Amino acid sequence: MSRLIDVQDLRVSYHSAGRVTEAVRGVSFHLDPGETLAIVGESGSGKTTIASALLGLLPATARIDGGVLKVTDHDISHASERSKQQLRGRVVGLVPQDPMVSLNPTLSIGKQIAESLVLRHGKRYPGLDADVLELLEQVGLDNPALRAAQYPHELSGGMRQRVLIAIALAGEPRLIIADEPTSALDVTVQKRILDHLEQLVKARGIALVIITHDLGVAADRADRVLVMRQGELVESGVASKVLSAPGHSYTRDLLAAAPAFGETPRPVSVSTLGAQPLLEFEGVGKRFQLPHGQHFQALQDLSLEVYPGQTLAIVGESGSGKSTSLRIALGLEQPSSGRVRFAGQDIGGLSWKAFRPLRQRMQLVQQNPFAALDPKFSIYQSVVEPLVSFGRLKGRELEQAARRLMEQVQLPASYLDRLPRELSGGQRQRVAIARALALKPDLLLLDEPVSALDVSVQAQILDLLRELQAELGVAYVLVSHDLAVVASLAHQVVVLKQGQVVEQGEAGRVLEQPQASYTRELLEAVPGRRLAVA
Amino acid sequence: MTVLQRLIPVAGEASQWRPRRRLQRLLDQAGPLLRRPGFVVALVLVLFTLAAALWPGLFTQVDPYATQPSAKLLPPSAAHWFGTDELGRDLYTRVLYGARLSVEAALLAVGLALVSGLGLGIVSGFIGGRVDALIMRLVDVLLALPGLLLALAIVTAIGFGTIPVAIAVGVGIIPGFARTTRAEVLRIKTLPYVEAARLGGASWGRTLLRHVLPNAWGPVAVLATLDIGAAILATAGLSFLGFGAAPPAAEWGTLIANGRHFLITAPWVSLLPGLFLVLVVFSLNHIARTFEEIQR
Repeated sequence: MSRLIDVQDLRVSYHSAGRVTEAVRGVSFHLDPGETLAIVGESGSGKTTIASALLGLLPATARIDGGVLKVTDHDISHASERSKQQLRGRVVGLVPQDPMVSLNPTLSIGKQIAESLVLRHGKRYPGLDADVLELLEQVGLDNPALRAAQYPHELSGGMRQRVLIAIALAGEPRLIIADEPTSALDVTVQKRILDHLEQLVKARGIALVIITHDLGVAADRADRVLVMRQGELVESGVASKVLSAPGHSYTRDLLAAAPAFGETPRPVSVSTLGAQPLLEFEGVGKRFQLPHGQHFQALQDLSLEVYPGQTLAIVGESGSGKSTSLRIALGLEQPSSGRVRFAGQDIGGLSWKAFRPLRQRMQLVQQNPFAALDPKFSIYQSVVEPLVSFGRLKGRELEQAARRLMEQVQLPASYLDRLPRELSGGQRQRVAIARALALKPDLLLLDEPVSALDVSVQAQILDLLRELQAELGVAYVLVSHDLAVVASLAHQVVVLKQGQVVEQGEAGRVLEQPQASYTRELLEAVPGRRLAVA
Repeated sequence: MTVLQRLIPVAGEASQWRPRRRLQRLLDQAGPLLRRPGFVVALVLVLFTLAAALWPGLFTQVDPYATQPSAKLLPPSAAHWFGTDELGRDLYTRVLYGARLSVEAALLAVGLALVSGLGLGIVSGFIGGRVDALIMRLVDVLLALPGLLLALAIVTAIGFGTIPVAIAVGVGIIPGFARTTRAEVLRIKTLPYVEAARLGGASWGRTLLRHVLPNAWGPVAVLATLDIGAAILATAGLSFLGFGAAPPAAEWGTLIANGRHFLITAPWVSLLPGLFLVLVVFSLNHIARTFEEIQR
């Protein structure tokens, strides 16, 4: 039987400004029709380069240095653009990474799908519109006739991702490459879309290559797994075997780091008997005024208490109001109803000026470490900025404080002189944490602190946060959509859905015996469950 | 003993991250630039023009106003690099001396536009609301008028001479600066690090000066470099029309205007100063383009 893809000893390097970077170093694998293969690795591991090579879409700076790259027995490593174009769409389809930017905003959905159908058939044909509607229905969009007339901005991220799948299917390919197909989506949506893609692929006998950094996704969906690191193939084999009995230490590290696998470290329990709550929400609600006299209820009747040294996690999908509640706690938004107290003091109607002293006790760590640091500031300037702003320390004392903070977040003091762009994402997040700790606050508000980071780095940051809590006794409010992250840090959990509290209570109880169906749905959507259960 | 042992590495680390300061970082950035031949040529030409504007005596020994009727309208030669004009004055010397007035006017124009444009843009972008709407409509009015017409109107109102011309040209390029600054401020204002600074207790003034301004500065600086070239052209244009420096003062625009009577018989009188002007503007554009590229 002929193989769909046969890659042998593939080498790809990038050449720019006289520098050569080897992105793929001697990778070999194959794929048979109807199989599902997952390529797993961190950013920079070369997994996306392989996908581009399979599609014949390597950028001009890339060069294939050697090896064989066969798609349906055609060697495309040095094929002409014309012959590669024959393969794209008809033999190999792509589901791109980011549904938000992958559709043309000026064309209706129907037209974009029709475009690839016309390419497939070589001309317009009578049944085109009917085929568009059928495809839309197949990928699980309700009311296809309406959707076909809509424009990308009128659809949600999940719907757009479905449209992209429809476009890939339109060419009736024998292989679909899904490049991080759902990493920009909410967990529950993610699960629904992957389920659907899997079904479609099975029904049509299409082979699937999933490129992902998430071992959970790989474990759930793939027949076989390739684990890559720094352009090299670390391990490959049947999914269940690789993940249950990894042969290479790197795979073991990845598995240990993935919060969904193995024994997640539990947070140290703290007694709250007799303690006064640090932050207290009492029936807090928030309504946003929309044009034409309409309202949007972002948050409804939220009550919670955060005790010193404890972690409270707020869990929900995008639009659930979890970020709004953080902003209310920080005084960036005023609650429309209810009361907010910090250390016994009502902070509901405080002006910016009156709030300022409280900021020394309450700090924020933001979601995206790549934008959270001023690119013109050295790390030293960033870290000590709150101390300078409040006029706490000067001169040599400031330098000492900076060194102490760097030690706390486990970064070398020599990094103080670097600029943010000279650090990796995980290191930047450490710097952001150091800045938040500079004022020795009692409460840290963590807004999705690890969602922008690679899996193995996520685990390191979570470990750091846990150690800091044990060491400094600082309380956390953790906002996250990832239940695995929540499980490793939280003492208490609040589950939000569309601004309403679905479930609330001790972390152990909520995560192990969820009462609400929505919580169960969230838990089931965590990738890697199949393996963990099996 | 143990205390000492623990102190020494700490002190060592401290001296490790002290040395690399702003100057070092600047040099690190300048290194790759100096390896681009085009950029170096452009930079040398601009530096030469600046030096000529400050100390024209360094590059020529001839008096720019000394007439010599016997040597009038001579073509370029070893003695007179750019030839001579109708009164026998050395053109090369006059171009160098003219650099002072031209560069002064251009710098004054861009300086004026930069200061008022930055100010308007920051106020507009930062405060927003009605202030923003008001300032931006005023800028729109300025943009609606053709630049040359506006400059002519201003010069006619405030009088002739190099400085009035510079002010007129400067007012004409304010809108570009105001718009660019406002757009940058609006973009940066919403970035997480500005919010982080605010939550870290920084006042609005501090946030503005330390975070917003330095990060908004890049595109504005590129625009300023680009506009120096445009301002040199505009002042030369106004001088050509006779609004600028009065004769016998040398100014690039008047030099070019002077030669137009002899364009057929002695084309170098107009062409060579014109060519020099084009080269300087082209160099400034190239430098601006390079800066724009490295910012990405």
